This record gives sequence, C-alpha cells and structure tokens, in this order.
Amino acid sequence: MADAGMLRFHVPEPEVRPGGTPDFSNVPIPKAGSAPRPEIDVDPRTIRDMAFSIIRVLNRDGEAVGPWAGLLSDEELLEGLRHMMTLRSFDARMQMAQRQGKTSFYMQHLGEEAVSCAFRKALAAGDMNFPTYRQAGLLIADGYSMVTMMNQIYSNEADPLKGRQLPIMYSSKEHGFFSISGNLATQYIQAVGWAMASAISNDSKIAAAWIGDGSTAESDFHSALVFASTYKAPVILNVVNNQWAISTFQGIARGGSGTFAARGLGFGIPALRVDGNDYLAVHAVAKWAAERARANLGPTLIEYVTYRAGAHSSSDDPSAYRPKAESDAWPLGDPVIRLKNHLIQKGVWSNERHAQAEAEILETVIAAQKEAESHGTLHAGGKPSTRDMFEGLYAEMPPHLRRQRQQAGV
Amino acid sequence: MPRRTMIEAIRDAMDVSMARDERVIVFGEDVGFFGGVFRCTQGLQAKYGKSRCFDAPINESGIVGSAIGMAAYGLKPCVEIQFADYMYPAYDQLTQEAARLRYRSNGDFTCPIVVRMPTGGGIFGGQTHSQSPEALFTHVSGLKTVVPSNPHDAKGLLIAAIEDPDPVIFLEPKRLYNGPFDGHHDRPVTPWSKHELGEVADGHYTVPLGKAVIRRPGSAVTVLAYGTMVYVAQAAAEETGIDAEIIDLRTLLPLDLDTIVASVKKTGRCVVVHEATLTSGFGAELSALVQENCFYHLEAPVARVAGWDTPYPHAQEWDYFPGPARVGRALIETMGA
Repeated sequence: MADAGMLRFHVPEPEVRPGGTPDFSNVPIPKAGSAPRPEIDVDPRTIRDMAFSIIRVLNRDGEAVGPWAGLLSDEELLEGLRHMMTLRSFDARMQMAQRQGKTSFYMQHLGEEAVSCAFRKALAAGDMNFPTYRQAGLLIADGYSMVTMMNQIYSNEADPLKGRQLPIMYSSKEHGFFSISGNLATQYIQAVGWAMASAISNDSKIAAAWIGDGSTAESDFHSALVFASTYKAPVILNVVNNQWAISTFQGIARGGSGTFAARGLGFGIPALRVDGNDYLAVHAVAKWAAERARANLGPTLIEYVTYRAGAHSSSDDPSAYRPKAESDAWPLGDPVIRLKNHLIQKGVWSNERHAQAEAEILETVIAAQKEAESHGTLHAGGKPSTRDMFEGLYAEMPPHLRRQRQQAGV
Repeated sequence: MPRRTMIEAIRDAMDVSMARDERVIVFGEDVGFFGGVFRCTQGLQAKYGKSRCFDAPINESGIVGSAIGMAAYGLKPCVEIQFADYMYPAYDQLTQEAARLRYRSNGDFTCPIVVRMPTGGGIFGGQTHSQSPEALFTHVSGLKTVVPSNPHDAKGLLIAAIEDPDPVIFLEPKRLYNGPFDGHHDRPVTPWSKHELGEVADGHYTVPLGKAVIRRPGSAVTVLAYGTMVYVAQAAAEETGIDAEIIDLRTLLPLDLDTIVASVKKTGRCVVVHEATLTSGFGAELSALVQENCFYHLEAPVARVAGWDTPYPHAQEWDYFPGPARVGRALIETMGA
C-alpha cells in the first residue's frame, strides 16, 4: 500500500554512536578466495555483482587463497610489509612532532597502509597517481626520501615546496605523485585528463585517480566517471572507503547505492570491491586494473573497503562521533598484522624478526627526522624566505607582483 | 593582406598553433564535428583528427579539470567554454587548481592551458548568455586574463596565450565576432572585411600578453576600455567631439600600467568603461590604480561607466548596455569637472 501520510524527511544514521557497542554485522564479509578473477577483457556487464562483494586473498589463518593469490614473491611481500611498517612508524613520529608544535598539521594512515603501499607496486615507472592526503604509501613504497617528506611537513629551508603548501601535501613528478591540492575530488577528473593525454600521445603510461568515500559526493567524481567512460581513458579510479569522512559516516555520501563501487556500473565501468586491509588483494586487483588500462580496455573503478583507525587529522577527535573501540571491532583487521601473520605462516618471518624490524625502522625514521630538523621546523630554525612567497606563481613574475614584492621589502 | 572575421582569426590562431605544435589540442562542447556554436573550431577536427579536436560532455568542470591533467602530462590544451556564463562549474578547477598548480608544486607541475569563452552581451542572450566575468578571473592569483577587441589582436593574442607557460583565460567579446560593434544597435555594423583591424596576416605571429595599445590618440581625457567598449568609447568620443585618448587594454592581467599612467598623466582625466557590472568590477581596480599613480595629475575624479548592478536582462538589453550615450555623458561630465 502507498503511504499517503505526511512526507517524512530521511537522514541516514550510522549503526552506533559514542557510548554504543560497535557493530559491523551489516558489513557482509565474503570468504577469502571466493571471488572469481575474470579475464581483463571481460564484458563489464557480466561482473556487476563484483561491485557488491569483496575480493579477499588472506584468510583468517593467514593463508593466501583463491584466484587472486600468488602474484607476489616472498621478497616482494617482505618488502611490502616493510613499507607499511615504515609508513606507520613515520606517521607516529610526525603525529608526535605535530603535537610538539614542530608543524601545524598532520594526517596519518593508521589502518589504511595496505591501500597505497600495495597499489604503488602494481604501477610502472612513469605512471601518475593523483592522490588525496592519505596515500603517502605511494611515496614510501616508491623509495621517495623520508627526509624530503619531513622537510615538506616542517615547511623548513629544505622544503621542496618552499613552505607554500600545508604539511603532507607533497608533490613529486619523478615518483608519479601529482601535487596534492587540499581541495577534495578536483584531482579525480585531472587524473582522467592525464590518462586521456597519454592515450592522445600514443604513450604506454596510465593514471590512477584517488578519492575518499565522502568526496565521491562531489560533482568532480561524476565528471571523472563520465569522461573516463566516454573516452575509455587508461585510468584506475580508486575509491578508498575508510567508513568515515571526518565525522560523517559513509552512508551520507553513499545514499541508496549500496556500495561506492556500484557508482561505476551506470557508466559501464567495471567496478570491483576489494579488502583494503589485505596487501595481496589490493595489489592483485590494482594489477588487474593496470593491465586493463594498458591494454586499451579503459577505466576500472576499485573500492577499497578499509577503516580509518586514527583521527581524520591532527585537528580531529573521533571519540566525539564514533565508539572508541570501533576500530578493534572492524572485521577486516589490521593490514600490518595480517601480512605479518601471512609471512609467519609461510615460514619466512617471525615475531622476533618483526620486533627487530620495527626497532630498525624506527631508528631509520628517527635518523631521517633528525636530518630534517637540522633544516628547521615550522617555528624554529631554517625556513623558506619571504621572497619565496612571491616567486613561482607565474613562469615570469608580472609587474604587479614585482611591485608588491618591493613593497614587502624583499 | 587577407581580411578575416574575429571568428576566422581565432580559428586561424588555433589552426596555426596545432600545425606548429602537436601538443596543442582543442576540445569543448560542440567543438569537434560541428565546429562550435560560434564556428570558431570549424574544420579543425577534419584537419587534425579526433585525437586533437573533439567533442566534450556538457560538463565545464570536467572540461577544465581534464585539461589540467592533460597539461600536467605535457600537452597544451586550448578548450572552449561555450559561453562565459557557463564557466561557473569550472571555477573551482580554474581558481584553485589551474591557477595554483605551478606555485603549490614549486614548478614540479605546470598548467599551460587556454580557456576560451565568448563574453559580453548585445545578442539578446539574456542573463545566461551575456555576462562579462573578467573580474572573477583578475581577482585570482595565478591566472592571466585576455580580452581582444579585433581580429588582428585576437589571432596574435590567442597564439601568445597558447604558447604561454601558464593558464590564460581568453574572453572573446561575442558581439565583435562579425564586426566592430559600437553600441548603436539600431544601425548596421561595419563588417570586419571593411575594417583595417580585420586585416589578419597568414601564418604565425603573436601579440604579446600584457601590452595595451592606444586606439585613438587624444589629449583631453584618457578612456580605459577593452573588448566591445573600445568601439563604444570611440563612438562616444566622435559624437561628443571630445579629444579622448582611448586605450585598449587587451590584457587585463598582467596589466600594462605604464601605458595607462603615461596617458593619464598627459590628459589629467580618466574614464573607465566596461560592460560588466559596476561594483567590484575590474574598473574599480583600474580606478584605484589611476588614483594611486596619477593623483597629482588628476583634474577630475576618475569616472566609471559600466553595466548596472543587475543581472543582464533580456528585453531591456539596450537599457542595460553601457552604450555611446552613457559613455559620452561621462566624458562631458569629466571634462566639466
């Protein structure tokens, strides 16, 4: 029967708020290894159900199972573990540095390390990422200098961006890492444009777009999907669903669509959901999408199902909007522990070696931090000049800026 | 020398640029097969292929956003926004992305794009096909803003814009596409084929960005104008008999302040004219600069003639448009002050 009563306004709410018991029973978790691995030239219409499932490789016993397993050697997996541990250690030190007043702001990756670290290894040199603020693993896993990252975070005299950008808004063309804007979603359509340019130029390079669950609500997300679909751009459209957009649960951006991956279906873009805390699954799915892109098969949309275990940023307090123990209840576990257990299960790693690696990594990060701090921190030591503020806006400084620089006495 | 309309001159600029540099690509709504609603890109797809000139979805933020990505890759996109009035969905991409990419990445990535858009009224386009949003661009650090007033300049400025290493907003006064419209809407317009500025050389040449030109030398009062208003000001000078020196700014940013200051110091009077709304318009900036730089030479307050602070109306188009009668009154008042 039709409801003929007064109209009612609907505002979605998360299952649980602070004080409640965390509950993820509404998140169905398929068994590891159960998702099929289609050929890369699959007709997207035949795999629409993959936008509603979750591709998983590591099972509860730490084994790699199913058709998406077996792509990475032990050495590669050990390297991947080291990247994730390095990112976690880097985050912890920089978060602390922010608390100590050495910089204004920081954003950590806690719980999401697998997404960017594993993804980077699926790309080739020359490919270009258009990241958000939570993909520093792309840099760590590509061997970018931690000292340089810290110099940027501290806006010190050695900051490659001359103090013009908020901390963690890195840029490295050399490492396939497009300048982070700080705006949301704008980079998504830019990635598609970059990929179109590569195709126009008959190049072999591909692009990767990055966005969070909350920002998929922006119109630039829609623009990107339209352009990617229309021009079959060689781009991987990544959506990192970490459940929370600052204090707003993912349901506010998702609406009635079921999943973020499902957004791709209306555009005829193959859309996969993957366990974002599973290093092997992230890598395997990214590799599949990269092969598609390079084979002129067009874009792939990937939703990484993960959980932001930390605060949104150093300015955020999650205890105000979600239960404190919610991250412990997250059913997909912790990416570092899961890969560690897998490697132990394989007999190539141990708790002792892990503890030792943790200590070594911390030492490396502290050494990098010391070196960076020798170039200054936000409020102490060497810093970019006032002159740097006026330069680099245009290739050639226009007369009005020259006059203003003169007025500023630099 | 061949004569061209402004449309043909703009098309020729893109043609010359595409022939010289394969990184130059052209796209936008209706731009590919059809050649654009004003025909500025007609024939380019046939000549250069669909990879270099193509139709875009109706999505201005997508057009500019993808162009930024292409520029970051190494191409030089020259995109069309069908009407300047449609650029607002792309404003975020233009102001916070294109404008700042070089700065925020310290030159790691740059954004050599040109965004062409027809601007201004006079075609009964109503509030969504008549706007002059130049001040919304000149207010943004990192953009350059160009407004040509004739075919010769349009070609040279557009080639210079395409070759520029930074993002350029290229506003094409649509009422000038076919002739130097002077605001007398009840009279026929001289076609560019009969006007000396309709002479457009073949091949490559540039008109440098940031250089104004004196269209009418005079000694009584300086008129600062650009686009359609250059001809309106000329008509006003002739009809009032006032010996106005009319400066066609051509580029609003970077601005040729030296030419402005030299002229105002000579005449001691200044009238600023634009079609865009008055309040916070580019005329406010011009007026302030003249006051700051020429105060002790001024014999009268700097006057502004602009569109009224209302949306661009449909039926009242000619009540809204700052035509020669209004500009003439401002000239007379400034001379009498």
